[in-house]
Amino acid sequence: MENAKLKLSISENSLETTFFFKGNLDAEGVAKVWVKAKALILKTSYENVIFDLSQVLIIDFAGAALLLHLETLILKQITKESSVKFVNVNLKHEQTLQLCRKNFITSEKIIVHKKQDDFITATGKNTFSFLDELSATISFTGEITIAVFKTIFKPKTLRWKEFFLIFEKTGVDALFIVALISFIVGLVMAFQAAMPMRMFGAEIYVANLIGLSVTRELGPLMTAIVLAGRSSSAFAAEIGTMKINEEVDALLTMGIDPVYFLALPRILAAAIVTPLLVLFADLVGIIGGAIVLVSLGHPISAYYAQVINQVSCMDLTGGLIKAFVFGILIASTGCFKGLRTQTGPSGVGMATTQAVVNSIIIIALADAVFSIIFYIFNI
Amino acid sequence: MNKKTNKKTIIEVKNLTAGYKDMLILNNVSFTVQKGEIFIILGGSGCGKSTLLKIMTGLLKPFDGNILINNKDIYNSQGQDKASILKNIGVMFQNGALFGSMNLLENVKLPLITHTSLDSEAINLIAYMKLSLVGLKDSSMLMPDQISGGMRKRAAIARAMALDPEIIFLDEPSAGLDPVTAAQLDKLILNLAENLGITFIMVTHELESIFDTGQRAIMLDKNEKGIIAQGNPHELKNLKNDKRVFTFFNRLAD
Ligand SMILES: Nc1ncnc2c1ncn2[C@@H]1O[C@H](COP(=O)(O)OP(=O)(O)OP(=O)(O)O)[C@@H](O)[C@H]1O
Ligand SMILES: [Mg+2]
Repeated sequence: MENAKLKLSISENSLETTFFFKGNLDAEGVAKVWVKAKALILKTSYENVIFDLSQVLIIDFAGAALLLHLETLILKQITKESSVKFVNVNLKHEQTLQLCRKNFITSEKIIVHKKQDDFITATGKNTFSFLDELSATISFTGEITIAVFKTIFKPKTLRWKEFFLIFEKTGVDALFIVALISFIVGLVMAFQAAMPMRMFGAEIYVANLIGLSVTRELGPLMTAIVLAGRSSSAFAAEIGTMKINEEVDALLTMGIDPVYFLALPRILAAAIVTPLLVLFADLVGIIGGAIVLVSLGHPISAYYAQVINQVSCMDLTGGLIKAFVFGILIASTGCFKGLRTQTGPSGVGMATTQAVVNSIIIIALADAVFSIIFYIFNI
Repeated sequence: MNKKTNKKTIIEVKNLTAGYKDMLILNNVSFTVQKGEIFIILGGSGCGKSTLLKIMTGLLKPFDGNILINNKDIYNSQGQDKASILKNIGVMFQNGALFGSMNLLENVKLPLITHTSLDSEAINLIAYMKLSLVGLKDSSMLMPDQISGGMRKRAAIARAMALDPEIIFLDEPSAGLDPVTAAQLDKLILNLAENLGITFIMVTHELESIFDTGQRAIMLDKNEKGIIAQGNPHELKNLKNDKRVFTFFNRLAD
């Protein structure tokens, strides 16, 4: 296969310069001679140039690119009226060259990078997209409210099958992770608190601390964060994929409101399932604390009594109300981001990320608002 | 049509039985494809044409049987061997399968960058030629989601041709194209087969395209789970003894 290797040689006489190509003018050969051939041509300026292809076995697109590129380089240098001549080209090669020549674009005309927005344009675009987002959020909230009221008056119109499926996916399937996190939080907190409190002989009051903080704060917050990661993202991805596949458009053309069809079952399911999960998280968190205290030598009955004395019905209910609101916020953020998914490869990914991040921010803000309200009303 | 008489078998499908999980789609199918020919796979919707292409390109392992490309079994070769087979084939999927995060030029450049050691200037020149061949040189900077379905198809063809592979598989290349563009595409395929000796395996329903380009065709059938007819399309058209073939070529609703 030695003669298949591409070789380039030059011979000059007083009238013309001949470039002899020998072997395969294919990607492999061209890769080896490209830089050398270019340098050769840029070094001297030739007048009458002949490309002799008599010894060429194969020409493919890479080979044609080489020949045509060299030709352009030479033609640029030549000052007098003169040209590059291709000689000894067989019919097949001639046709390939013709096909390529028709489609050849010289290097300078090639655009490799898209021009980017300057600073001012980019700022303007970002501002507009922010305003756009804001108005969309407001109108989405409005649509959801209307949809909820419609459903209250006509419960038959809700897609109950979808509702129960989502209920299961968001609720039952999240039991393990919610339990794990609550348990560990209860356990670790009890352990950390037990050490300093022991110095004051107040170890048993760890039970009060756990009972109160778990039911009022940590249970709802931890569950909400788990759901933000698990369900908000899932909603955004599911609906986002439908958006990209034009399924949402299909709903619209059938006169079906996507908010009603896709978002509502998810939001209602999350609103109902989150308090239930929180109740479960509260229980497991308190059990986590109990394990620490029991292992430190306190009887379980004492722990139980402390918790029952400390935690009022209001504390528990407050936590569950929070959970209800968190559920709605998480699900609507996810659905909203899903419905606003941009087309393009990173669309769904971006929607999912934003759904999780925004859910967590909104939960944190809502939690702060709840603290103030509870403080004012002395709950 | 072929001037050379010493035809060389480039693909050999031997006793192929394949499907998905427990669904049998193709049962004991055998045929060969010669180098440089335009080979057409026909058949009604859902009969397994795309499945057959998936198997021939090494994407779906058959239940039984062998696929030999240049006498190498693609399902029994690994590493370097498999890579060299894959480098020699280009595939255009039914829905284009362009990489959404890259613009058209980058899509076409990707195989060139991965498989050749060409200079980046050369790669740009070649990629532009390929895009120009399918009439997309002015759309090179667009992303796949910014172009129409037909354009996506053409860009996918350009990408399949990027490396000047020996064999190009096309799944319904002219579906969704206007008649002029479709005719240009047929001409391009003929030109490439003739001059560069590229072998085309093409799934298509376009009768014109079949008659203009096809040198040999096989027709699959959903119930038969295999080939019901094969030969030159012009001969198949006049075949009157099989009703399924006759209705297909004469566009009849049976
Ligand atoms: N990923 C898959 N899993 C299971 N079954 C599949 C899968 N893809 C295709 N099938 C089945 O295989 C059969 C053949 O499908 P295939 O896509 O090969 O058809 P086709 O001949 O290409 O049809 P068309 O002309 O509509 O593209 C169909 O009955 C389909 O239901
Ligand atoms: Mg198909």
